[in-house]
Amino acid sequence: MSVLLIAEHNNQELRPFTLNAVTAASQIDSDVHAVIIGHNCEKAAKVLSELPLIKKVISIEAPHYENFVAENFAPAVIKLSNDYSHIICSANTFGKNLMPRIAAALDTSQISDIIKVISADTFLRPIYAGNAFATVKSKDTKKCVTIRPTSFDPCESSGGSAPIEKSEPSEEFGHTKFIKREEIKSDRPELGTARVVISGGRGMQSGDNFKLITSIADKLNAAIGASRAAVDAGYISNDHQVGQTGKVVVPDLYIAVGISGAIQHLAGMKESKIIVAINKDGEAPIFSVADYGLEADLFEALPQFLEELNKLNTIQK
Amino acid sequence: MKILVAVKRVIDYNVQIRVKEDNSGVVTDNVKMSTNPPDDNAIEEAVKIKEAGKATEVVAVSIGEEKAQETVRKALAVGADRGILVKADGILEPLAVSKLLHKIVEKEKPDLVFMGKQAIDDDCNQTGQMLSALLNWPQATFASKIEIKDKKLEVTREIDEGLETIEINVPAIVTCDLRLNEPRYASLPNIMKAKKKPIEQLNASDLGVDTSARIEQIKVEEPPKRKAGIKVSSVAELVQKLKNEAKVI
Repeated sequence: MSVLLIAEHNNQELRPFTLNAVTAASQIDSDVHAVIIGHNCEKAAKVLSELPLIKKVISIEAPHYENFVAENFAPAVIKLSNDYSHIICSANTFGKNLMPRIAAALDTSQISDIIKVISADTFLRPIYAGNAFATVKSKDTKKCVTIRPTSFDPCESSGGSAPIEKSEPSEEFGHTKFIKREEIKSDRPELGTARVVISGGRGMQSGDNFKLITSIADKLNAAIGASRAAVDAGYISNDHQVGQTGKVVVPDLYIAVGISGAIQHLAGMKESKIIVAINKDGEAPIFSVADYGLEADLFEALPQFLEELNKLNTIQK
Repeated sequence: MKILVAVKRVIDYNVQIRVKEDNSGVVTDNVKMSTNPPDDNAIEEAVKIKEAGKATEVVAVSIGEEKAQETVRKALAVGADRGILVKADGILEPLAVSKLLHKIVEKEKPDLVFMGKQAIDDDCNQTGQMLSALLNWPQATFASKIEIKDKKLEVTREIDEGLETIEINVPAIVTCDLRLNEPRYASLPNIMKAKKKPIEQLNASDLGVDTSARIEQIKVEEPPKRKAGIKVSSVAELVQKLKNEAKVI
């Protein structure tokens, strides 16, 4: 049987992690269908149909789908579920909110946040904030799986031409009303998808000192992160928090400045490709995960770092 | 208004997790256990709502082994009025937990059910959403702000793109984010008082719910270790390594 992927989009464009979810879905079965539920989302449906790994797109449109309310989305997916062995979605806040509502209605025990497809019924997933990896096998006939987007590469995005089929919307769920969404706008890359992340911890000593981080982030086109300690101390807003209770990031380069490396922070960044730690305490646990450790006072090291970067002829963006 | 709060007993968040040598799970013997952190936020919020005169009763429920009674008792010490312990052995999947909670909701008839957004042991992030599906109630997940407006709640949710605000009708399920509030500590007099508050004990097997495992845990392993890095002696050396060795800048 085929795999049904739930596309994440903003009615105009696909959200980038949909491409990673398609890759995961294609590793379960090559017959991947995608459902896009929204309002006036033809453009996003078209983009979806151009992904070469997608064999068919099912588009369901209605005004009550405009704001991605899970109570409205779940019945629409459930109606399609008979034809599929697996239902797949990204384990970001969209998928986390929606998938369990589908799984419970189908009486299926969901498998959350997988990082590897071992076979069509067996998956690898982190538990205890990534401090252990569990290999789990689903015994349910229908499987609901969410995938960790950063663990799968994005799929090819052009060259396909899957048919787009319209399907009827389900009724509106009357007890949940969307009011507003406040998106945090920034010229910087998003923390979750940035190629380079530079984070500050309690060692920064004040919010004002984060400008040292900002100037390096500008130079490297990096996203700015922070430890929970820095957020709790009020140096920076909580949408910058990296860790078990913040965002999990997997950049090519992660630079931890004045961060000691509490378990809860490491859980959010230790899968990064290259980790740099700058800390004056040579015994700080952050050094145990760092590829390059610099034992130094950050207030001296950061201006020097910027100076050295300025000397370089080229910097990868 | 009556609020039911679900609390889970988990390994304390400060404990370094160790995987068992036979790869059957993680070590839980002689390990400090605590309330799942966002469940503390759920209890705190319910108690605050009651203190503001907008709720009449806060009931704490936990599902698990006998010792989960401590978790219920802790909820009573910070202000819950009474407790329920549903005794069950072994690991229960979120689907089974939500079915058991469904039975408790039918019995207790709360107006609101609060719980943490995710348990820090299995990291599933499912139970609240599943319970709301079984009840066909509205759900407000990852809540960082709750305002009670008569028979409605206005809830601010933490989403990847920023913040979202929704309005849901009561009865409803809310799953709580760590940013919702600052949980209080239990005072000694309140800990003593909590010992006299009633905890009703039930057996999961008496509730007529199939809680058998649908997911087989084949093995649990240590995550791959990072290879040891090096210490650099200067910023210049660091930049040179990043440029020429790691090739990331």
